[in-house]
Amino acid sequence: MADVSNGDAFVEFERVQKSYDGENLVVKDLNLSMPKGEFLTMLGPSGSGKTTCLMMLAGFETATHGDIRLGGTSINNIPPHKRGIGMVFQNYALFPHMTIAENLSFPLEVRKMGKSDREAKVMRALDMVEMGAFGGRRPAQLSGGQQQRIALARALVFEPELVLMDEPLGALDKQLREKMQFEITHLAHRLGITVVYVTHDQTEALTMSDRVAVFDDGRIQQLAPPDKLYEEPQNSFVAQFIGENNTLEGVVKEISNGVALVQLDDGGLIDAKPINVSKAGERTRVSIRPERVEYNKDRMPEGAHTLKAEVLEFIYMGDIFRTRLRVAGKDDFFVKTRNAPDQVRLKPGQEIEIGWLAEDCRALDA
Amino acid sequence: MSDTTQSGPVLAADGTPLKRSLARALRMQKIRALMLVAPLLLFVLITFILPIGDMLFRSVENQIVSDTLPRTVVALREWDANSGEAPDEAVYAALAEDLKIAAAAKLHTRVGSRLNYEKPGISSMFRKAGRKVKKWDVENGGPFKEQFIAIHEGWGDPDAWRTIQTYSPNFTNGYFLNAADLQKGAEGAEWRPEDEQIYWVLFKRTMFMSMVITISCIILAYPVAWILANLPARSANMLMILVLLPFWTSLLVRTSAWKVMLQQQGVINETLVWLGLVADESRLVMINNQFGTIVAMTHILLPFMILPMYSVMQTIQPTYLRAAKSLGATNWTAFWRVYFPQSVPGIGAGSILVFILSIGYYITPELVGGTKGVFISNRIAFHISSSLNWGLAAALGAILLAVVLVLYWAYDKIVGIDNVKLG
Repeated sequence: MADVSNGDAFVEFERVQKSYDGENLVVKDLNLSMPKGEFLTMLGPSGSGKTTCLMMLAGFETATHGDIRLGGTSINNIPPHKRGIGMVFQNYALFPHMTIAENLSFPLEVRKMGKSDREAKVMRALDMVEMGAFGGRRPAQLSGGQQQRIALARALVFEPELVLMDEPLGALDKQLREKMQFEITHLAHRLGITVVYVTHDQTEALTMSDRVAVFDDGRIQQLAPPDKLYEEPQNSFVAQFIGENNTLEGVVKEISNGVALVQLDDGGLIDAKPINVSKAGERTRVSIRPERVEYNKDRMPEGAHTLKAEVLEFIYMGDIFRTRLRVAGKDDFFVKTRNAPDQVRLKPGQEIEIGWLAEDCRALDA
Repeated sequence: MSDTTQSGPVLAADGTPLKRSLARALRMQKIRALMLVAPLLLFVLITFILPIGDMLFRSVENQIVSDTLPRTVVALREWDANSGEAPDEAVYAALAEDLKIAAAAKLHTRVGSRLNYEKPGISSMFRKAGRKVKKWDVENGGPFKEQFIAIHEGWGDPDAWRTIQTYSPNFTNGYFLNAADLQKGAEGAEWRPEDEQIYWVLFKRTMFMSMVITISCIILAYPVAWILANLPARSANMLMILVLLPFWTSLLVRTSAWKVMLQQQGVINETLVWLGLVADESRLVMINNQFGTIVAMTHILLPFMILPMYSVMQTIQPTYLRAAKSLGATNWTAFWRVYFPQSVPGIGAGSILVFILSIGYYITPELVGGTKGVFISNRIAFHISSSLNWGLAAALGAILLAVVLVLYWAYDKIVGIDNVKLG
C-alpha cells in the first residue's frame, strides 16, 4: 500500500459525483475519508444516494466524476472481483443451489485455495457466527436470522480488510435485529475490520457506528460520532432525521454572548444557540429535543424565556411519559419525561409554562 | 386436551371419529371442485385419452382375418408351415366357403389388403378369387385346390399360406415388428432385407434432428432470454412482442417463407450470387433436405424455448451475480457457477417442450424436408391417409409415445422433473 495520501485514511472518496441519466446528480460532490478499523454508517432516507455510494465503493457502479481510493490506491478502474471487498447484501444473496459450506467455500475456491485450507477456513467462519452445525444445509432451510449470519460469514471468510453492508438487517424482526446489531459490531471490532454500513434506520446507525454520515439529496449533511450527531445536529435536516425533535419557526431578533433571541411567528420569544444563523433578521427553525424541554417551575433555568403551552394528550409509555402540547400555534410539540417518583403527570387541558437551556435549543437553517 | 392423550382415534365434539367428520366436512368441497373440472375432464377423456387408447389397441388388433375367414383359420391350424408344401384340400374347401360369404358381403378385399401389408401380392389373390368364388357351388364344386391355383398361382405358394396362418390370431405383434423393420420369418422375428428397412432410419433421423433442433434452440434462446430478463420492464415488453410475433403468424406462412428464403432461386442464394460469394452454377442446396428442416423448425420452436427460460431467469436476482463478483469471481465464473446452475430448470423445461414437439412435428418437415428431411410423423401420416395401414401407423405412433415417455423418465432421473419450471 504505497503512497497513502492522507495519514491514516483507508477509504477515501474525493469529489465523487454520480449521475445515471446525465441530467440529475444522485451523488453530488462526496468527500469522505475513513481510517482503518472504523465502523462507518451511511444513514439517509431512500433516494439519498447512500446505496449508490456503497455500490461505487464495491465497484458495481462507476463514479461519473472524482476519485475513490482504497489504501491509497485509486480503485476507479479495478473491477469488483479484484477489489477484495466483502459485501453483505440486503436479501443476503446466498446462492440457493449451493449448501451453506459451498457458499462459504466459493470465495476461497475462486482464489484457488487448496481443499484442506478451504475446509478449515469455512469451519472457522461458521463457528465464528455460531452456525457450525449448519454447513450441509441449503439456504432455504434456514431462518432469516440464520441466513443473515451465513451472509456475514461468507463476506468475512476470505478475510477482507473492508466489508460493506447494505441494509443487512432490514428483513429481520425487531428483536432479532437488535441482537444482530450487537453481534455485528462486536465481530467487527474483534476482527479489526473496516465496515461501511448502509441503513435507513437511525437507531441502528446510532447504536452500531463509530461515525455516522447522514445523507440527503446526494450530499453528506453531517459526518459525526452518534452522540454529536444527536446532540449537535448541524442543520435542520439532521435534527429532524435523527431522533425525535420539536421545531418552531421564527426570525432572529438579536445575537449576543453566543445566544440568539428568536421571535416565533406567533410573537413568543425564546433563547437559542445560533448554529446556522449569523445576524438579526434571518429566518430560522429552532430545534429542541423533547427530553430537554422543562415545565417544572422549580427546575426552570434562571432567566430563561418561557412559552405558554396547553396539554393536549398524556401518553403513559412505562419508562417514560410522552406529553403532546400545543405550543406557538402548533399542536405536535412533544415533551418526554422520565417516570420518576416525583415526576408531575400532566392532564389534558392543563395550561403550563415551558422553557429550556439556551444551549439545548439550536437555531438552524429555515 | 383429553382427546390427544387417550390412545384411540381422536374424536370430534359429537363423539364421531375426527377423521370421519373431517371427511364429511370436506366432501361438499370436493364435489364442487370436481364439478368445476368436469367439463375439461370429459373433453380430455373424449378427445385425448380415448383416441390414444384406440390407437394403442389398433396397433395390436388383428381380428379381421379370423372374422372373415373363420373356417379357413381353423382348418389351417393343422398345417405345418415348414413342410414346404401348400395345405391340403380341406383348407381350400374352407377357404372357398369363407370367401363366398365374404365376397357376398364385399369383405374379401379388406382381408386382402390387410394381408398385403405383410406380404405384397396377396391382395390381388383375394380380389381375383373373390370374383370367381361367387359363382362356385361350395357344396359340390370341389376339389378346390386346383381351381384356386388356376385363378392365381399364389394360392399354391406355401409362403402366402404361412402369412395367412401367422396372422390368423386375434392379436398380433406384426405391426410393431414391421415398425421396427422386422418381419416374421420361418424362425420368428428377423430383419427385413436391407433395402426395405425404412423405419429404423426414420426413427434415428427423427431423434437426431430433434436433438439438433433442441440444441440450436438452446443456443439461440439463452442470450435472448437473458436480455429479456435483465432489461427494464418497458423494453422487455417490447422485445417480448417480437418474440411472440411468430405465434400470431400462421405456421404455414412461416414455413413457406423459409421456402422463399432458402430455395435455390431464393433470397439467400440470389444475394450470395449477387455478392459473388457463390458461383451461379453451384448455388447452395438449403431446402428439401435436413438443413432446411432444421432451420425452419428451430425458428418455429424457438419461442417455446425462450418463454420458459425467460420465466426462470426472471426469478434469478441480479444480486446473486453481484455477490459472486464481490466474493472474487470473474464475470465468467460468476455466470457459470452462480447464474447458469439457477437457469438450468428453464433450459430443462424448454428442452423437453421443444424436443417433444419436434419429434412429433409434421407440417414443416412435410413442406421443407424433401425426402431426406422428413420425420417419422410424415410416415405415420402417410399410413393413415394414403396406404390406409392404420395398424402400422398406430404401432409407429405407440413407439413414438414410448420413446417420449422413456426420455421423460430419463430426464426425471437425471435433472429431476421438480426442477422444471414453465412459469
